[in-house]
Amino acid sequence: MVMSLEAKYEEFWRQSIKQLNEVVKATGLPIAPDEKGQYSLWYDVREMRLRFSISVERIKRFFDGLREGKVYATKCRRCGRYYFPPQADCPYCRASDMDWVEVGGEGELLTYTVINTKPLTYSHYPDYVVAIARMREGFNVLAWLRVDDPKRVRVGMRVRLQVVRREPEGYLTYEFVPVEQ
Amino acid sequence: MAIGVEKMYESPTPTVVEFIGRAGNYFWEFENFGLTFPGYYALYMTAYMNRFGATEEDFCKVAVKNHYYGSINPKAQFYGLRITVDQCLKSRYVAWPIKLYDSSPITDGAAAVILASEDLARKITDTPVWIRSVGVATGTANLSKRPDFIGLDAAYQAAEQAFKRIGIEHKDTWKYFDVADVHDCFTIAEVMAYEDLGFVERGMGIQLVRNEQTYKGGLIPVNLDGGLKAKGHPIGATGTSMAVEMTKQLRQGVEPRDRQADIYTGWALAHNVGGTGHYAYVTIYSLDKNGSPRVKPKR
Ligand SMILES: [Zn+2]
Repeated sequence: MVMSLEAKYEEFWRQSIKQLNEVVKATGLPIAPDEKGQYSLWYDVREMRLRFSISVERIKRFFDGLREGKVYATKCRRCGRYYFPPQADCPYCRASDMDWVEVGGEGELLTYTVINTKPLTYSHYPDYVVAIARMREGFNVLAWLRVDDPKRVRVGMRVRLQVVRREPEGYLTYEFVPVEQ
Repeated sequence: MAIGVEKMYESPTPTVVEFIGRAGNYFWEFENFGLTFPGYYALYMTAYMNRFGATEEDFCKVAVKNHYYGSINPKAQFYGLRITVDQCLKSRYVAWPIKLYDSSPITDGAAAVILASEDLARKITDTPVWIRSVGVATGTANLSKRPDFIGLDAAYQAAEQAFKRIGIEHKDTWKYFDVADVHDCFTIAEVMAYEDLGFVERGMGIQLVRNEQTYKGGLIPVNLDGGLKAKGHPIGATGTSMAVEMTKQLRQGVEPRDRQADIYTGWALAHNVGGTGHYAYVTIYSLDKNGSPRVKPKR
C-alpha cells in the first residue's frame, strides 16, 4: 500500500518534470502558465524534497502505546493535571514527573468540521471529518471521526477513541468512532 | 515608515492550503489530521451555531456586508463585486460549514503607515491620529487545549488590556468607537470578534449581523473597507492596512463617502489575529491625545 501512494507521487512528479523539461527545450525558459491559466510562473529548476523530522524521544511511550492498541495521556504526579497531546513536562509544577495513563475511551463531541478543500499532501483522501471531543477525564482530543455519513454527526454525541492504521501510508494513529446508543 | 507586503495570489490553491495549514499546530493537527485554516475556524463555527442557534444564512450576511463595502473600495480585491445571501449559500463547502463565500481570498497587497514621535507628527500633519492603546495576548497553539470554541481567548485578553489602558470597561464597548476593523478571515471570525471585543455580550454578535448594526449608521460600523473578506487578505499586509483604514476613517478622508463612518467620538479600534487565535492584537486609535473616550450620542 505504501508503495502505491509513493509510486503515484513519483509518477506525478516525473510527469511534471518531463513537461517542464519540454517547455525549457522548446522555449529556452522554465516558464509556464499557472493553474488558473492567467499568469506566467517560473518553475524552479532546483528541486528540494523536504520531510520534517520531529523528535519524539521524550514521549516515546505514547507511540509504544499505539502499538499496543492504547492511547496514552500524561498526568502530572504533583498536581494531577492531564496532558493531551502528551507532554513530558508540567509547566505549572516545572517538573517532569509524569505518569502515563491510558485515555478512558469515551468522550462527548464538542465540535467538528468536514475538510472539503484539502492540503496537497491530503489530496488522496476522501473528505474527512475532524472533531474535538471532551474526554471523561476532562481534557480534549482532536482527531478524525469515522462515520459513513457526516450528516449524522451531532455536537454532543458520544464517541470513543480507538487506535487505527492510517492507510494508504500504513502508520498507527488514533481516531474517534461513534458510540452506539 | 512601517510597510506590510504580501504576494500570494498566483500560487496554486492546494499549495497555499498546505503551507497555511502547516502554520497551525504542525504535528498533532496537520501531520496527523490534515486540518486546514478554514477547518480550524469551521470548528468554531459549528460550536457557535450549535450553542447560539446561528445559521449558515446568518454568517452569509457578514459576507454580503463586507462585499458591499469592498465593492465600493477601489483598493479592494473584489472592487465592483457584490454578492447576495443566496449566492453565498450556494457556494461550495471548503470546510463544512464554511463555504467559499465565508472565506477571505488569496490576495496580493501592500500598505504603509508613517509612525512618528509627537514632535515630528506635529510638523508633518495638522491631524495626527494617536495610537492610544495596544493590547496583545497569546493563545494555545494546540486547538484541543482550548476550553471552548465560541470565542478567541487571545483576542478577549488583548481587548481587556487595551480597554484598561484607556479607562473603559470591557462591556458594551460599541458605544465608544465610531468605527472598527476586525480580522474577518472567515465570517465566523468577524462575529466572534464583536463578542471578544465586548461590543456586545457572548452570543449576541449574530444579532448585530441580523439587525445590520455593523453597517455604516449602525451601532458600530465594522470593516467599511470590505474587511479581509472583500478587501482581501494579503497576510503580511493585513495588519498595516487596518492602521491605514482607521487613520483615514478618523480623519474623514475616505472616498467614496458611502463607506466613511460618521465620526462622533473620534475613536477607532483595529483587531488583528494571528494563526487561529495563537495571538491577537487590539489597537485603539484616537484624534485625542489624552483622556478617555466619550459615549456616542443616542440616535
Ligand atoms: Zn504539575
